[in-house]
Amino acid sequence: MHIIAFLIRRAIQAVIVMFVISLIGFSIQDNLGDPLRELVGQSVSEAEREVMRDDLGLNDPFLVQYGRFLGKAVQGDLGNSYFFKRPALDVIMDKFPATFELVLGSVFIFLALSIPGGIYCAINHERWLAKTIMTASIIGISVPVFLTAILLVWLFGVELGWLPAFGRGDTITLPWGWDTGFLTADGLAHLILPCIALSSIMLPLFIRLIRAEMMEAMGTDYVRFAKAKGLSTPRVRYVHAFRNTLLPVVTVGGLMIGTLIAYTILTETVFQWPGMGFLFLEAVNRVDTPLIIAYIIVVGLIFVVVNTIVDFIYTLINPMVKLPGAKS
Amino acid sequence: MITWRGFLKRFLSDPVAVGAGIVLLILVVMAALAPWIAPQNPYDLLQLNIMDSELPPSWRTGGDERYWLGTDTQGRGVFSTILYGTGISLLIGIGAVIVQGILGVSIGLWAGYRGGWVDSFLMRLADIQMSLSTLMIAIIALALFQTAFDANIYADYAIIMLIVIIGVAEWPKFARTVRSSVLGEKNKEYVDAARVIGLPARKVMWIHILPNTLTPVLVISTIQVAEAIMTEAALSFLGLGMPVDKPSLGSLIRSGFEFIFSGSWWITLYPAIVLVALVLALNLLGDWLRDTLNPKLRRGDD
Amino acid sequence: MALLDVKDLHVAFPRGKKDEVEALRGVDLTLEKGQRLGVVGESGAGKSMLAFAILNLVADPGRVTKGSVVFDGQNLLTMSDRQIRRIRGNRISMIFQDPMVTLNPVLSIGTQMIETLKAHRNISTREAHRLSVEKLNLVAIPSAESRMDAYPHELSGGLRQRVVIAIALLTDPELIIADEPTTALDVTIQAEIMSLILTLCRENDVALILITHDLGVVAEVTERLMIMYAGKCVETGRTRDIIDAPKHPYAVGLLKALPQNSTRGAKLYQIPGSMPPITNLPSGCPYHPRCERATDECRAAMPPLENGVACFHPMHEDAEAAQ
Repeated sequence: MHIIAFLIRRAIQAVIVMFVISLIGFSIQDNLGDPLRELVGQSVSEAEREVMRDDLGLNDPFLVQYGRFLGKAVQGDLGNSYFFKRPALDVIMDKFPATFELVLGSVFIFLALSIPGGIYCAINHERWLAKTIMTASIIGISVPVFLTAILLVWLFGVELGWLPAFGRGDTITLPWGWDTGFLTADGLAHLILPCIALSSIMLPLFIRLIRAEMMEAMGTDYVRFAKAKGLSTPRVRYVHAFRNTLLPVVTVGGLMIGTLIAYTILTETVFQWPGMGFLFLEAVNRVDTPLIIAYIIVVGLIFVVVNTIVDFIYTLINPMVKLPGAKS
Repeated sequence: MITWRGFLKRFLSDPVAVGAGIVLLILVVMAALAPWIAPQNPYDLLQLNIMDSELPPSWRTGGDERYWLGTDTQGRGVFSTILYGTGISLLIGIGAVIVQGILGVSIGLWAGYRGGWVDSFLMRLADIQMSLSTLMIAIIALALFQTAFDANIYADYAIIMLIVIIGVAEWPKFARTVRSSVLGEKNKEYVDAARVIGLPARKVMWIHILPNTLTPVLVISTIQVAEAIMTEAALSFLGLGMPVDKPSLGSLIRSGFEFIFSGSWWITLYPAIVLVALVLALNLLGDWLRDTLNPKLRRGDD
Repeated sequence: MALLDVKDLHVAFPRGKKDEVEALRGVDLTLEKGQRLGVVGESGAGKSMLAFAILNLVADPGRVTKGSVVFDGQNLLTMSDRQIRRIRGNRISMIFQDPMVTLNPVLSIGTQMIETLKAHRNISTREAHRLSVEKLNLVAIPSAESRMDAYPHELSGGLRQRVVIAIALLTDPELIIADEPTTALDVTIQAEIMSLILTLCRENDVALILITHDLGVVAEVTERLMIMYAGKCVETGRTRDIIDAPKHPYAVGLLKALPQNSTRGAKLYQIPGSMPPITNLPSGCPYHPRCERATDECRAAMPPLENGVACFHPMHEDAEAAQ
């Protein structure tokens, strides 16, 4: 399959997913959010309300209303948050950097540990350290993210007092309005525990996956042939065997994006991390419908974008340009 | 396939599997017998005394003999709430997997047997749904229910909602597994024979193909129960799952979380230990089953 | 001095915690410079094991337990990893059975060729590229230059095996070990590939160990022949001699089973029974359960390899008479 055809197919799929998400967002607004609640008090009579409904277009046919919603959404207008009295999208986007940096940090941790860990466990699968890592990884998979987070807060934040356990600490605002915690010592210190917690389930999962794939690759004929060609051990391992484990790793990685976003909500809750997930839960408790809708749409968009990037990476490293899921 | 005897022999010769089996058995029995063995009934408000709140475990200073593992902020015995909570967690986990199994097996059978566009459409849908992640779907769905309904109504239906949502969101795992087994079985002679003698497609699927796909279904069921329990715990921890007055293990941990830092660590610690033990035992058993019955399946490879 | 001298080679795999199973049970072979040797036997006889053991590449958890492989005066089995890597793919090349799985699917043909050259020669990438194209031309791959950027899945099975042969020739080796190089290919191109290998070996004076189960091919390509059964050599000698007058009953059976040796319209001959698995060998000569000449002596002890045959009751002149 050609790269252009692939990109077109992805784009169509992205549009469909976003369409479904916008439909969900709209039906929430249609059923749960009553715009009149914001605009008027209890004193307004039912007849007056009906007039206002007509004025606001709330009595228009479903499709007309949905079209209006979509038109506004495309321009970034998702309504005002009931609580913050500001455009919901602005409120969400203010929190985006916090969540983004949290995810970035934890992806860094789990890539930096799972790749060497998985390769080590595959190559030295008979050694005690590899066996210990494998045992630890199944325990790691069985401990929910929020428990790991609580344990980290309790141990390093409270008992030992080594690291800050709540909030983002000092941040610097970059010229384009992005608050970053990466540039201050305090900000970095605040990132450590949440990032470890967020990577704590992905890490054992990927160590196991990389180990299994790597062991399979090490037993293939092409790795044997590479050895018979007299290539150096590192070249055989990392160029011939490891390159082939990347495909399944990227595929599974793509499948984990949604889970990772869900885990940010859990992690942010425990660490009171001022990100989008924390905001979303607050919005749920306050029944702040526009904010809930804005969150769902932003997360849907992030999901579609990241998924497309992952699939694109997949086509880059796979010379056969096989689409994930289109194998059979 | 191996015989029951050989299966039992291999099980007994593996200390990890036996250990996991024993832990699971103890937890299930304790949860099932909770109304009879629990010292208090945590649902019975008359038995609760706010004066007993936040008592430490009985062997520590200030502990009370009636409350072996201490009490929570509402004066409920932690031991009793754990017994009842384990039952709720198990009920939701198993219930959700039954829903997943019924949906997934039916869809998988259909997709695999029919093939063609039905198959590609359903599998593409499964891909998308799997990458959206069960937890994310459940969080959003439950958040919307909570926004839409009154808290009391929500509390009454929470258990059913959790079973249905976790069940529906996870159908692709079963569907994919069953589908690939069906593809393996479909062209075998006995299926052809059944078709040739004129059995209708539905009968061929249910009577002839289904029994041969049950091994992988059994293998993933165990791990799926563990995942469903984890998902439920996460949802309850976020306040989107079981309410505090009818707690699962996750909601117990949530209710104790705020009080760890004021020193009442037992409210969180003991339910957490039970949750991890339960999930770990199921995961270890699932891994063992997979290695024993179906070495081809691999976690993360779905 | 012989180019390759293998003595008493044993390969074993662990069975259970303490036990071991021998896949090769003491094999000797000698190969002169430029000589071509055929190794023949049923699958499971240990032919491929021999090929990999020569380069000390037996797959885990198997290992060489005994014996020596002396190549050009050096024992390959006692060398360090670094030393043996200078031999592998440089002075001894291998051609594997199935070209579909021999080449790495995610690396281009060019990468897989250039890396081989760069592992053994101190040359620039540009030079390595030029030499690679040269070899691709040598094995008659059309539009060789453009194939360098191709990936294995873009080539047919026959072309892939040509690429594998080109890789084997890259460093002008003194010995090529070909493990059933045509088995996985279409029948129509098997002869083409085989004659390519033969021509290249002849023209460049390269020694060849050809592992196959096809005696017909061996007769056309090789000068010497070794017949293996259950991890041992049962008969060895000049190819012509063995084909004309086989001594071991197993060799007789193999030749009789060739389609061209049977009368037109007659039923094809088949050796009765099948080779025992290495995990469960009978006592004495492993061939005795299938052998019509077997006696109590055969059931009791393994006959030693004497005068090129390991049999207590070898066929002599009466072999011809019996047929």
